[in-house]
Amino acid sequence: MANINLIIDDFKVTVEEGTSILQAAEKVNVKIPTLCYHEDLCVAGNCRVCVVEVEGMRTLPASCAIPAEEGMVVKTNTPKVRRARKDIVSLLVSEHNTQCTTCYRSTNCELQNLSAEYNIDNETYMSVLKPDIVIDRSSWAIEKDDSKCIRCQRCVRTCAELQHVNAIDVVHKGKDMIISTFVDAPMNDVVCVNCGQCINHCPTGALTERRYFDDVWDAIGDDEKHVIINTAPSVRVGLGEMLGFPVGTRVTGKMVTALRKIGFDSVLDTDFTADLTIIEEGTELLTRLKKALVDKKKVALPMMTSCSPGWVKFIEHMYPDHLDHLSTCKSPQQMFGSLAKTYYAEKKGIDPKNIVCVAGMPCAAKKYEANRPEMRDSGFQDIDAGLTTREIGHMIKQAGINFLDLEESDFDSLMGESTGAGVIFGATGGVMEAALRTAYEIVTGREVPFENLRIMPVRGDEGIKEATIKIEGCLPEWSFLEGVELKVAVAHGLINARTIMDQVVKGESPYHFIEIMACPGGCIGGGGQPIPTNAEIRKKRTEAIYAEDEGKVLRKSHENPEIKQIYKEFLKEPLGHKSHELLHTKYRKRFRY
Amino acid sequence: MKDKNLKIVDIIFKPHLVKYEVLDKTVARSNEDILKEIIDSGLRGRGGAGFPTGLKWKFAAEQKAKKKIVICNADEGEPGTFKDREILTKVPRKVLGGMAVCAKIIGAKRGFIYLRGEYKYLLPFLNEELEDFNKHLKEIGLDFKIDIFLGSGAYVCGEESALFNSMEGKRGEPRNKPPYPTVAGLDNMPTVINNVETLVYALMICSIGSKEFKALGTSDSRGSKVFSISGDTPIPGIYELELGMSVYDFVEEFGDGDTKAVQIGGASGFCVPRKKFKETIIGFEGIPTGGSMMIFNSTRSMYNVLHNYLDFFEEESCGQCTPCRIGYQQLKKGVEAVKHGEKNEEYLQQLMKLTETMKLTSKCGLGQSVANSFSSIVNNYREEMVY
Ligand SMILES: Cc1cc2nc3c(=O)[nH]c(=O)nc-3n(C[C@H](O)[C@H](O)[C@H](O)COP(=O)(O)O)c2cc1C
Ligand code: SF4
Ligand code: SF4
Ligand code: SF4
Ligand code: SF4
Ligand code: FES
Repeated sequence: MANINLIIDDFKVTVEEGTSILQAAEKVNVKIPTLCYHEDLCVAGNCRVCVVEVEGMRTLPASCAIPAEEGMVVKTNTPKVRRARKDIVSLLVSEHNTQCTTCYRSTNCELQNLSAEYNIDNETYMSVLKPDIVIDRSSWAIEKDDSKCIRCQRCVRTCAELQHVNAIDVVHKGKDMIISTFVDAPMNDVVCVNCGQCINHCPTGALTERRYFDDVWDAIGDDEKHVIINTAPSVRVGLGEMLGFPVGTRVTGKMVTALRKIGFDSVLDTDFTADLTIIEEGTELLTRLKKALVDKKKVALPMMTSCSPGWVKFIEHMYPDHLDHLSTCKSPQQMFGSLAKTYYAEKKGIDPKNIVCVAGMPCAAKKYEANRPEMRDSGFQDIDAGLTTREIGHMIKQAGINFLDLEESDFDSLMGESTGAGVIFGATGGVMEAALRTAYEIVTGREVPFENLRIMPVRGDEGIKEATIKIEGCLPEWSFLEGVELKVAVAHGLINARTIMDQVVKGESPYHFIEIMACPGGCIGGGGQPIPTNAEIRKKRTEAIYAEDEGKVLRKSHENPEIKQIYKEFLKEPLGHKSHELLHTKYRKRFRY
Repeated sequence: MKDKNLKIVDIIFKPHLVKYEVLDKTVARSNEDILKEIIDSGLRGRGGAGFPTGLKWKFAAEQKAKKKIVICNADEGEPGTFKDREILTKVPRKVLGGMAVCAKIIGAKRGFIYLRGEYKYLLPFLNEELEDFNKHLKEIGLDFKIDIFLGSGAYVCGEESALFNSMEGKRGEPRNKPPYPTVAGLDNMPTVINNVETLVYALMICSIGSKEFKALGTSDSRGSKVFSISGDTPIPGIYELELGMSVYDFVEEFGDGDTKAVQIGGASGFCVPRKKFKETIIGFEGIPTGGSMMIFNSTRSMYNVLHNYLDFFEEESCGQCTPCRIGYQQLKKGVEAVKHGEKNEEYLQQLMKLTETMKLTSKCGLGQSVANSFSSIVNNYREEMVY
């Protein structure tokens, strides 16, 4: 591609053709404010705060939407530009519910930041905030408050471009233009899969997760209750961002200490049930392969992972006739919940009705999953409350804990032991890698043939990854797999799930096993993770996940001693009777509208 | 006509004696020849923005693409404008002919008329014309086919890129520019989009010659233009007039003797007060217009006129960009507050500054153009805004 030379604020810049002025300015450290721009999304150019002056142009163009051109002379900080920008921010504020004191996004809000930077007053313009806006709290996971919406459409683009769900869209025009659902239905009545990506991409407090921390505080304060929390792998590599650590810091030990200080009676690890998922799901895959290859029976292949509840709801809505491809395994969170109120209760001698099981998740969809009517196999609601990484960060602040200087500690037991395989569930490709580490070894008696157990083809941020592993030297009982080329695929972000599913529908899917995560990057980029998110941040969290894996002594799920113990003492065998009762589930057909 | 300073012209509506005669003669000429004729004529777009038509066609012709598109913009949503409807009703073949000539020059095989939703009743008639025309194109060996697309009824869909979105089944929101339509228009194909009237002039220039066309009008505003004249006039209607007349001459002809102001170019145009009638020229060097001329006499409240416009835009903005969506709400609320004494007169200054921001930063013409009518009305009729 050709190079373009231009001048921005007296700096000479050379960029590739097609680069926007905004990106070009970044190269010379000139910061231009933005609101509707997000690097994960296509350019909208609608907020107009990024306007600049370009010599020879009559108007002030939006720098995010204008490509740099040869010889352009750009000025980003003239009186004319500043006046226009301030006016635009003032206008946004005049249409806004400016109650920052009661806003969940306060101190982490792009509008609040700009408004403070430009010292906006509320006298220049009269308020044109629509009266009678009602917050939509119908969903278990997503809260929508139009009074804080700046109409940047980042959520709309997220839901369409990253997720291909299109649950929310722009409706009406002019002064009445708003972001809404199909026929303005409440959020729990629409195709929304609760992934929360719109929340992570929203610059303001208009979209937030529904908070449950006050319920959790109440339970903690109740002496009758035994309150336990299990935390997913991605929480420990994201939480630090909210509490003063740089992106990509692993804060596992501090997190455990903080949660204990908050008052949880037991701080446990979702990775334990991630390891368990690998045993159950791996066995399920091998069983399906056996049925197909030996018994020549019709079974649904490829088998697909089911640990991402946003993805599960997506396939239920979009491909209701192909639900048999989903593994019947519950997500690690839900396995944890049903075991907490059975196995754990039994071992600890606690009445399960007094156990409050909380899940600390990088995810918004898991809030909704916890409330699915299917998820009551323990005889109680298996998971009582799902918290996001962000809510946990808030709780730690509310408790007045000095996180930066906190000592480290280990997870409690029972169900606190995990392996590196459970940890990498947090990154796209992690479930696949963990499954292969175990399945290959079960079938051949040898470790997967990758250096240091790093199965590189399924790692990385490419939307769809594939790998082929030739199975050789099988143990006698698995001889039917001898010479089979196991084909696997990994997809993250539902737009990629759609590509994979369209192949399945056409009967053209070449794979045996597919991992799908609803969120870009997998759980480390989940809808409950600290805001902001972008490719760079997701990369650093991913690196932290793999570092955590390599720091573990045990890195294969089947080596987890607590896993061995639970099969010996409680579950007996993978896919056994107890497993079916507690660890597996059913799906339901849903429709688009 | 009593005043020779105002000349009625008869190019657009003049009936043709032999069907398709002009078209047949034109397509027999070379592309270079036709293009030169149109560029020489100085014809500028009649849809509002006034872009030189010949250049637009040339840019599209230079694009290397297999598929190109010609679109006739018949959305005609500007309040007080009804000239495109008249042209389509009276001389549809000339419109189609203009599209065909454009198609030949740029190498397009598909054409569309984007017809304003309210003009749906014209469909049977236009379809009949089209059938005959498409057949004729086959006979003369021009590989081009025209269809009609019925608009959705939003004013902003007349803006070219919103129009493309609307045709593609998307929300009618203007796009970022560049890319311009001649590079990436409908479905990202190079597209020429012209107003109904522009297309007829282009065809007629091929018939009468650029010289004769150029002899009319001024150096900046060549030729003539079709005007929709309404308001306080005894003789409302459609008139084709030579460009370059003064508002004074215009009012002499069309006013009711008590004319206070003329709004040129509709809600997004300019308001010319009586004291400036003599010095104001109608044309690109003075006040350009898509054709709407609204005459107000002394019984009219200019506050109401302005309020109506703001009402219209507040509703008709697509709502995507900040300065336009919120700006119009603030302008309306602001003039109401001044009128009702809730804000003092100085607040008009603040609102004037706001129109400047809207002009500089809005994404499309709808938000950019408010400064025109707002400042021309507020500056000239300040007392009416306050008392
Ligand atoms: C809000 C808005 C509405 C418009 N509506 C129309 C319309 O109804 N008809 C029209 O021909 N052009 C309309 N235009 C102008 C078109 O964008 C475009 O410039 C024109 O169709 C080009 O044709 P021309 O070069 O022949 O004038 C509108 C522009 C804006 C900003
Ligand atoms: S969204 Fe931002 S600006 Fe609005 S109330 Fe919340 S913190 Fe304040
Ligand atoms: S939660 Fe996900 S599916 Fe639901 S609206 Fe947001 S982005 Fe779309
Ligand atoms: S909800 Fe958030 S992301 Fe969506 S338009 Fe409003 S402010 Fe933007
Ligand atoms: S200026 Fe108005 S009509 Fe044009 S894009 Fe912006 S909001 Fe839409
Ligand atoms: S950031 Fe460029 S227009 Fe919004």
